[in-house]
Amino acid sequence: MKTLPVSKAVFGTAVVIFLMAPLFAILPLAFTDSIFLNYPIPGFSFRWFHELFTANAWRWSILNSLVIGCGTTILATVLGTIAALGLRGNSASLFFSFFRTAFLLPMVVPAVVLGVGMQLMFAQYGLANTYVGVIIAHTVIAIPFVVVNVTAALQGIDRRLENAAASLGASPAVVLQQVTLPLAMPGIVSGAVFAFATSLDEVVLTLFVAGPNQRTVARQMFSTIRENISPAIAAAAFLFIVGTVVIAGLVLLAQKKTQRA
Amino acid sequence: MTRQPRLSKRITSFALIAPLALFLAFFFVAPLVTMMKTAVSDPVASIALPTVSAALDGWDREGAPPVEAQQALANDIRNVSNDELFGDLVRRLNSAKSGFRTLMTKTRNAVIEDANLNDLVSVDRRWSDPGFWVAVQDAAGASLTDRNLLAAVDLQRDANGDIIDAPEGTSANRTTLFRTMIMAGIVTLCCIAVGLPFAMVAASTTGWKRQLLLGAVLLPLWTSLLVRTAAWYIILQDNGLINLTLQTLGLTNGPVPLIFNRLGVVIAMTHVLLPFMVLPIFSVLIGIPKNLMPAAASLGAHPIRAFLLVLLPLSLRGVVSGALLVFMSALGYYITPALIGGAKDQMISSVIAYYATGAANWGMAGALGIVLLAATMILYVVYLRLSSEEVRT
Repeated sequence: MKTLPVSKAVFGTAVVIFLMAPLFAILPLAFTDSIFLNYPIPGFSFRWFHELFTANAWRWSILNSLVIGCGTTILATVLGTIAALGLRGNSASLFFSFFRTAFLLPMVVPAVVLGVGMQLMFAQYGLANTYVGVIIAHTVIAIPFVVVNVTAALQGIDRRLENAAASLGASPAVVLQQVTLPLAMPGIVSGAVFAFATSLDEVVLTLFVAGPNQRTVARQMFSTIRENISPAIAAAAFLFIVGTVVIAGLVLLAQKKTQRA
Repeated sequence: MTRQPRLSKRITSFALIAPLALFLAFFFVAPLVTMMKTAVSDPVASIALPTVSAALDGWDREGAPPVEAQQALANDIRNVSNDELFGDLVRRLNSAKSGFRTLMTKTRNAVIEDANLNDLVSVDRRWSDPGFWVAVQDAAGASLTDRNLLAAVDLQRDANGDIIDAPEGTSANRTTLFRTMIMAGIVTLCCIAVGLPFAMVAASTTGWKRQLLLGAVLLPLWTSLLVRTAAWYIILQDNGLINLTLQTLGLTNGPVPLIFNRLGVVIAMTHVLLPFMVLPIFSVLIGIPKNLMPAAASLGAHPIRAFLLVLLPLSLRGVVSGALLVFMSALGYYITPALIGGAKDQMISSVIAYYATGAANWGMAGALGIVLLAATMILYVVYLRLSSEEVRT
């Protein structure tokens, strides 16, 4: 019977290594002073971070990612939060469950299929190769994350709090502003973070919808891996991974707050 | 009294979801509809030849066409001033019946030279062959076509309109579709092989060990897909970490090819999709009462027998949900095969992207898109059915 726990531990460790190793393998390469993206690292330097913030292609892509990411976050969070408020308390209705399911569909449809359709349609409406077009495309696939997170946060709110505020004379608008939204805020923040992360990592729709002026970091990484692989990739990946850990920490904090409330 | 507020609440709710519903209708549903329409629309001939279709009405499609039809066609051809449109028209007609390329050019030159020329048979004897007129009538009368949809699965229509296989070697769509299914299947099996035992291990531990195991699943899920793909590129390349280790240990002389082949794609995709397998199985497993296995053991079941008869059947629902999620996501995968795979490992998404951005053949991109979309939607509906059953029981 002793062999079972041992094999369990070995298997568990092996899978954890399989899952984590790639992420740790890429981190040190961000600090290489070689022009090749492989081990062993001849010497350490910050030249690739320097490249990231000074080379025109990378600098512009970082700026584009921030502009498009912020636009997507605002649009997706506003639309998704309002819709989640509308879905709330209507779970029994077939009509509203239809919309609940429909709002999650952008997560399911393959990005390439959506990309082809968007490229065709955006060209007709003059949205192709524009920032607005890219922001709209990213918002479509970021929406489900906002709806899911805000819906979950709203479900956790005790209705009696809102009823109490209303019985004390607060108008529905005041209840929403003073009670419901503050209580749902952790969910809204999580949704916004997911929306930003989705936009930051999105490549396929960007390939179809964006022009050369809307090149994002993810798009730039994609073509760098494809055409001329350089350690600038590892530097960008380093920033992504550090950013992910920070964001994950923030979301976990927000969720802890929700549970306590 | 209760009816009034309930109605007004309904109206408020509807007003709240309306902006998002409209947004998605316009920027999510409409693009998909546009894509489907492009796949089946065939407007070239009806735009280029606007009058001949009406003139051929009532023709028996066997004998010589009426004089008015010849007149109408001569006029239509005369009025095509745009060379690009004429080129598209010739290509469209030639795909229905070969010979149109020379016939149309000759006819066009003749009717432009003589503005009163209406007898097409005098220009070329072929215009007395009803076969050419049938092709003209079919092309000019139809604005819809199933040509792209058939070509997406390597089929075409012969001269009689019957559906037949496309000639060998002209198209590889069926091979690509088949390969996509196989790759998605292999990745799903790998995810089950790794994910099921891993979820069981995670569910059987507690405290920091469980946190660590789950964290290892969640962190990659949260990390950028591009970062993970780039990381696998670094590990798998010819002078990457794995080959470096193997050569240092003296296990191989030259590098083992791990990248730009199917093995690399399967490894990277399994890594990317593993969380979608582990999480559903884990959530099913922690719902299973802890005392079931001891109960089976106390009744005399060998641990393996207890596992096979108790734990495995109970976790099967999680496995099925996870497998559907993984298979569905794998079908539409683009980035990982595009960066890690070789030319022979490209899946249907790559072919769609090629038709759309490389070849500018929107009809084919749309038709293959419909195939992929349909497959994904069917799997998603099955997944929804399963998960809603779970809620009910």
